[in-house]
Amino acid sequence: MRWVTIKSLRAVLTMWLVVTFVFFVLRLSGDPTDVLLPDDIDQATRDFYRTLWGLDAPLWDQYVSYLRGLAHGDFGISFRNNQDAFQLVRDRVPKTALLGGTAIAIALLLGVPLGVLAALYRDSWLDRTVMGLAVFGFSMPNFFLGILLILIFSLQLRWLPSSGSGTWWHLIMPALTLGTGFAAQIARYTRSSMIDVLSKPYMRTARSKGAGPARRVGLHALPNASVPVVTILGLKVGEMLGWAVVTETVFAWPGIGRLLTNAVATRDLAVVQCIMIVLAFTMVSANVIVDLVYGWLDPRVRVGAGARQR
Amino acid sequence: MSVIDRPLAARRRWRIPGGVPLVVALAMGFMALMFVVMIFAQLIQPYAFEHIDLMNRMTPPLPLEGADWRHPLGTDKLGRDLFSRLLIGAQTSMLLALLGTCIGAVLGIALGFFAAHRGGLLDEAIMTLVDFQAAMPWFIIALAILAFMGNSMLIFILIMGLYGWEAYARVTRGLVLGAREQGYALAVRGLGAKPRWIYLRHVLPNISGPLLVQLTINFPNTILFETSLSFLGLGIRPPMTSLGQMLGEGRDYLINAWWLAVIPGAVIFFTTLSMSVLGDWLRARLDPSLEN
Repeated sequence: MRWVTIKSLRAVLTMWLVVTFVFFVLRLSGDPTDVLLPDDIDQATRDFYRTLWGLDAPLWDQYVSYLRGLAHGDFGISFRNNQDAFQLVRDRVPKTALLGGTAIAIALLLGVPLGVLAALYRDSWLDRTVMGLAVFGFSMPNFFLGILLILIFSLQLRWLPSSGSGTWWHLIMPALTLGTGFAAQIARYTRSSMIDVLSKPYMRTARSKGAGPARRVGLHALPNASVPVVTILGLKVGEMLGWAVVTETVFAWPGIGRLLTNAVATRDLAVVQCIMIVLAFTMVSANVIVDLVYGWLDPRVRVGAGARQR
Repeated sequence: MSVIDRPLAARRRWRIPGGVPLVVALAMGFMALMFVVMIFAQLIQPYAFEHIDLMNRMTPPLPLEGADWRHPLGTDKLGRDLFSRLLIGAQTSMLLALLGTCIGAVLGIALGFFAAHRGGLLDEAIMTLVDFQAAMPWFIIALAILAFMGNSMLIFILIMGLYGWEAYARVTRGLVLGAREQGYALAVRGLGAKPRWIYLRHVLPNISGPLLVQLTINFPNTILFETSLSFLGLGIRPPMTSLGQMLGEGRDYLINAWWLAVIPGAVIFFTTLSMSVLGDWLRARLDPSLEN
């Protein structure tokens, strides 16, 4: 229980730090009304908007009232169209979740089996091919892969749509673009971890008990080997969100990333801040989930954490 | 359980004289070329990279029909020579990545030493900062900062420098804590050397291998960081150019001039690929814990 408390406290602290950091950096970058309003507007109108958006108060008061608003679930209103910022962001979440979820599924379904195979047939041609492809996979810039896919499958072969999100066909290329880099990384970590596990004494025990190869790999090796892979997956969520922004831009996928690039281009402070909070929340909860899965996969983590506190 | 990433040991065959694997030699060659471009781009370029020639717009690169020897890689929508632009773009990207990596390395290594040396509350504070940096979606925050702060080179370099410092800090701290108790460090301490002297002259050279490996991991990521931001139109902006900015511009002409996007994209890809190959090779050589 204390373990959970400490983890959640840390998560809340991280969230608060991100919110604070983003708040001050964005506020210090200049007066948003300079950009949002026409140059020749009269001072009275400017003051009206500054009051409306709460920009006239001292920075510290703005920060306090901002935090107070957040505590009540008030994320502010969009400077552009006076809509609730949170509403705008929430409408985009399913699209990004769909894209990200599919990409993670691709990464796992591709990366884990390939990594396991590479480890089982270590130093064979299979291992070399998989690992060679993995180096290609994670060196490939996301935006470049996306453009190559568009060139080949949309412009040359005319099989897949190059942008938008109407049908399942639209999902294929963005999800592949986002997923392959992570598949490559996961394949590498799975291989390393499997190689480690395969040399452990309990693998010999399993063998001497008469367990078949499938049972040994599936039941004895894989659960143990997956612990570091899960850790990596948690650490990579932030990176993945960054790449999602790029991927969504390449394929005009109407998710949070597109909203962010648009909001950033129009200096829509409230929306940008809201997106930051949502993304930070996603990362923090991903880490909490990873910690939980970690404890489930490796009972020593739970026991160890309990023992240390005593 | 620690997370390990075990690079593939190079095959015994396929080596050039000197014992370096062929793939690694190719990667070294490409990186050497990139460094030559980084230093001498202005001398090599046949045209000024911003030179506009409206009579020769959108000519294709050489093997294609309609290509022109005067523009071996073709020209863009304003008739600017793609080869010259590629040189300058590569120079900008390489310089920024190098600068960003160095700032991150110096900052991270210094803080890592500091944390290990002082211990206690300062150590805690630095490691909390490390965790915080690792827990932030830094790319996205950078995107927002750049968009709001405007087109400032200084801020862009600072942001790139802050990217990845936490990895150096974590690695350095761990290594220093380990190295401090080893015979040689204890011996020079016994001889009365000051901590700064011990760290700089004795500990740093001894832990430089893993730090170098960290550098090779960080460098391609920094290149991707810069090119991605520039691709989105937020990093390097016109009239300056970088590989990412060129790719972002070329993206609008995929239908009739695919090379405008593909050529700079390929250069980015080969740079990160070469660096990853080199990094793996270095790691396999320098990190004895990976051998078995």
